[in-house]
Amino acid sequence: MRRLRRLALLAVLLGGTCFWWLTRPDTLPQDWGADLIPDPAAGALVFAAAGCASCHAAPKAEGDAAKVLSGGHAFASDFGTFHVPNISPSATAGIGGWSMQVFAQALLHGVSPVGQHYYPAFPYASYGLMTAQDVADLYAYVMTLPASETASLPHDLGFPFTLRRGLGLWKTLYLPEGYHVTGDLSPSEERGRYLAEALSHCAECHTPRDALGGLDRSRWLAGAPNPSGEGRTPNITPAELVWSEDDLGAYFTTGLTPDYDSAGGTMAAVIRNLAQLPESDRRAIAAYLKRVPAIP
Amino acid sequence: MHRVTAISIVSALSITSLASVATGESHAEKALLDAIAARQAQMQLISFNMGLLGAMAKGAAPYDAATATAAASNLASVAKLDRSILWLEGSVQGQVGNTRAKAEIWTDAAGFNEDAMALETAADGLIAAAGTDLAALQAAMEPAGKACSACHEAYRGPKN
Repeated sequence: MRRLRRLALLAVLLGGTCFWWLTRPDTLPQDWGADLIPDPAAGALVFAAAGCASCHAAPKAEGDAAKVLSGGHAFASDFGTFHVPNISPSATAGIGGWSMQVFAQALLHGVSPVGQHYYPAFPYASYGLMTAQDVADLYAYVMTLPASETASLPHDLGFPFTLRRGLGLWKTLYLPEGYHVTGDLSPSEERGRYLAEALSHCAECHTPRDALGGLDRSRWLAGAPNPSGEGRTPNITPAELVWSEDDLGAYFTTGLTPDYDSAGGTMAAVIRNLAQLPESDRRAIAAYLKRVPAIP
Repeated sequence: MHRVTAISIVSALSITSLASVATGESHAEKALLDAIAARQAQMQLISFNMGLLGAMAKGAAPYDAATATAAASNLASVAKLDRSILWLEGSVQGQVGNTRAKAEIWTDAAGFNEDAMALETAADGLIAAAGTDLAALQAAMEPAGKACSACHEAYRGPKN
């Protein structure tokens, strides 16, 4: 009996250690990026391509107001409601006190300054593919934006999703090893892949998710139910998206479709971001979309 | 015998009243579906006229002042349709038909009206610009496209 109890204790300890080890948050070395020279002007384009303001600006903020990253959007999901935090450079309410290494750890690993996992509503599963230089440039740019003293709201989630440690398992299951689309790509298609898969994180909305909220990568960009309400995010694989690259380039600039419908919903904000990029980048995303496997 | 007649009259009456409740409901739903079909036809006319103007603006069709003016005039007329009988309360996405109208159209009626007015203004601006020259047309297309997008961003849901 005593032996059995000892075995049980050992199993619990082993299990606990395994869980602890599997769910430990990844951190970056203190001197991360010490060799990089951050360029805030280049960071402005990374900021646009990554769509930071679409979530982190206040709801309905436009123009210069959209550069105040006070947070405030709320996203309903199957797991509860996520409240987007203040990431303006305020030292108290925002991320003004963050070093570049802490910023990079958040974007690339989804880990907070105190070593907690972030929820993947923050699309670090995509941002994890970002280049170090882009992260450094983005950091430099974000730190030039106006500070907001608006306090961030806590997320409103149900148990057990309130336990952040468990997200370590989610990351083990779902963080991508690399790009989804592989093979022989032209330089423009490669640039488009980087923009679409890392920065603009198209798949976060256009790919369906499973019960645990991980992307079903076998249906990459094949459309998904709207997590926050009615309707569906459309299939943008070549099976359904048959616009020419010219049409796609025009859509990413003006938001007008070839038959003169217009982008709406959350895609309207995406178009505002893409319209700020060089024409070559919009063409690159169009070229990438033509190389995505067609899924009906 | 009298009793049987009375019973049959009562049952006949109740069947009639039940039936009228049922048809009353479908009448209400039909009114919503009709309004949805009508405003989708309005959107179709808007995109048809925007398409003619857009093709000229981006050089896919040769610029022609008369065609451009006609398209812009159509657009301005269609944009001005009285919204009160088209945007019936309850004709909302997820409730009836295949509409993508969001509930915010009614919960934020002032904002919706403002965005609709922006299209009316942009379309009026297009009439004069369309007949002037290609550069004027191209410049006037921008506020029109923005008006479409702004309203669709706030008040139209994703595809069903």
